[in-house]
Amino acid sequence: MDLQAIQKNPTFRQLASERARLGVGMSIAMAAAYFAYIMTIAFWPSLLGHPLSSGTVITWGVLIGIGLIAFGLLLTALYVRRANSRFDQLNQLLLEDIR
Amino acid sequence: MIRYSACATLFATAIALVPGPAAADALTSAVGARQSLNATAIMMFLGFVAVSLAITWWAARKGTNTAKDFYAAGAGLKGVENGLAIAGDYTSAATFLGVTALVYTSGYDGMIYAIGFLIGFPMILFLIAEPLRNLGRYTFADVAAYRLSEVPVRAVAGVNTLVIVVFYLIAQLVGAGKLIQLLFGLPYIYAVGIVGGLMMVYVTFGGMLATTWVQIIKAVLLMSGSVLMSVLILGHFGFSLEALFREAVALHPKAGAIMAPGGLVKDPVSAISLGVALIFGTAGLPHILMRFFTVSDARQARTSVLVATGFISIFYSLLFVLGFGAIAIVSANPQFRDASGGLLGGINMVALHLADAVGGSLLLGFISAVAFATILAVVSGLTLAGASAASHDLYARVMRRGRAGEREEVLVSKAAAVSISVLSMGLGVLFENQNIAFMVGLVFAIAASANFPIILLSIVWRDLTTRGAVSGSVAGLLTSVGLVALSPGVWSATLKLGVAPFPYDNPALISVPLAFALSWAVSVLDRSASAASVRASFGAQHVRAQTGLAAE
Repeated sequence: MDLQAIQKNPTFRQLASERARLGVGMSIAMAAAYFAYIMTIAFWPSLLGHPLSSGTVITWGVLIGIGLIAFGLLLTALYVRRANSRFDQLNQLLLEDIR
Repeated sequence: MIRYSACATLFATAIALVPGPAAADALTSAVGARQSLNATAIMMFLGFVAVSLAITWWAARKGTNTAKDFYAAGAGLKGVENGLAIAGDYTSAATFLGVTALVYTSGYDGMIYAIGFLIGFPMILFLIAEPLRNLGRYTFADVAAYRLSEVPVRAVAGVNTLVIVVFYLIAQLVGAGKLIQLLFGLPYIYAVGIVGGLMMVYVTFGGMLATTWVQIIKAVLLMSGSVLMSVLILGHFGFSLEALFREAVALHPKAGAIMAPGGLVKDPVSAISLGVALIFGTAGLPHILMRFFTVSDARQARTSVLVATGFISIFYSLLFVLGFGAIAIVSANPQFRDASGGLLGGINMVALHLADAVGGSLLLGFISAVAFATILAVVSGLTLAGASAASHDLYARVMRRGRAGEREEVLVSKAAAVSISVLSMGLGVLFENQNIAFMVGLVFAIAASANFPIILLSIVWRDLTTRGAVSGSVAGLLTSVGLVALSPGVWSATLKLGVAPFPYDNPALISVPLAFALSWAVSVLDRSASAASVRASFGAQHVRAQTGLAAE
């Protein structure tokens, strides 16, 4: 199979660019969220120590920490969903194209 | 029913040689009085050993003679199975007991720490998981060597892997030795011998298949134990998190401060540097990357990451409940205190005391056995990764230049597994009383600086050349090891040489950009003929990385 030739195939270019955009976009989102969190701890720790409301001991920090964990999991799930549908479908199209 | 309070006074003999508070990433710091033998724990532990040896026997009968079977379990695992195994490979006993202990002493800081170790997993999926599966066969070096000149690239990757594996194994074995000393009352040297011996048997006879199932069973046990304990804790508080936190705040000496960031993030530079090591280091850990070759295609590789991330997310969140549960339930109970008012057995035992408090000696035995199983699963994965780098990369490709037969390669791999086990057991005994808290950070820094840049660049950047990759990786390795040696964690704490020349404990903020920059500069300046041919073959690699076409 001439792999070198396939890189000019429009379906392949579509697949490669969509995957790169999604992967890079999500990496940046994940890293930005994480480093924003670390910076908040370093510079404004009191922000995270505020209680959610006056009647509770649970702080914004707890909510944001759990939120960050959930955010990572959510991004992972979204990537997998997108890849399992769109990318695999493009891959299938490509296979039919070059057959 | 045997309880610590009664036994400890009767049987406790060994006194800690290493004082000081528990560092979260290491069970290696605080060891208190040795505990007596807990009959339930020993029964459950023996049960786990029996099952795992039966699995090893089964795996050995299925065959471990081909390279594909030995390194990659035939590449036929399902994504869910592999995801659980990745989780089992990654979540160590040091995390389980250490994070719970960190939450117990510092509250919220435990969450900051846990998040750091979680954040690298999504990055693996977004950046490298699919190309890795499509381009590689057994080790991550396969990916870089796909178009780059194989001998230098594999030599560097193989050495990186062995350095990471040996440091990580020492950290795990020292922690394991001390933990087992506490749990089962065994002398340290026997404890290291048992763990090292069992991991050697699993890997040598059962290869990847046995290692995988040991990891899967451990993952399920660890999760069951954590869920059970969390439910029992929350049951104490009418299933109200608010009530749990309120009680913890009322009992903890730091009171309301445990609900907010404390002293873990001391200065921004250290925090960012550690963050860089964690976020990129996970994607450079050889034993984690190796697991992606056990599934058949990119789709299963994605499922693996999703399952692993989900598992680890839930597990770490539960550790937060466990830690606060320990404050609320264990800290007020005099039964878990020694004569001087400290926690029996040291701070890292708090998760075990909690199991005792909420579930009696049956749960205590179960959780002890789970902690043991956890250690075995992690060290087996590491040993296998080291053995595969030694045989597949260094022996078969670098030393024998591809002339070694497959049987020969697998035999060398098994011999390497034995050598690595024996070496790390020896080093584990040697390092018993050293302060090795720096080792886990060092492992992540090397993975992020020496491995991650060449993996990522070789996948995405057409113009990377062999010289660029090798110089970047070598620079990443030398800088991270060198700076850690000059850091407070080694220079001052371990070697006791006074004020450290390099002020930060983690070098990643310097070593990772340096590795990338050097790879880039050397590649751009490389005008050799081989550089031109390497660039020309990027297209074919790119197609296979994206589509899996022509992949095995």
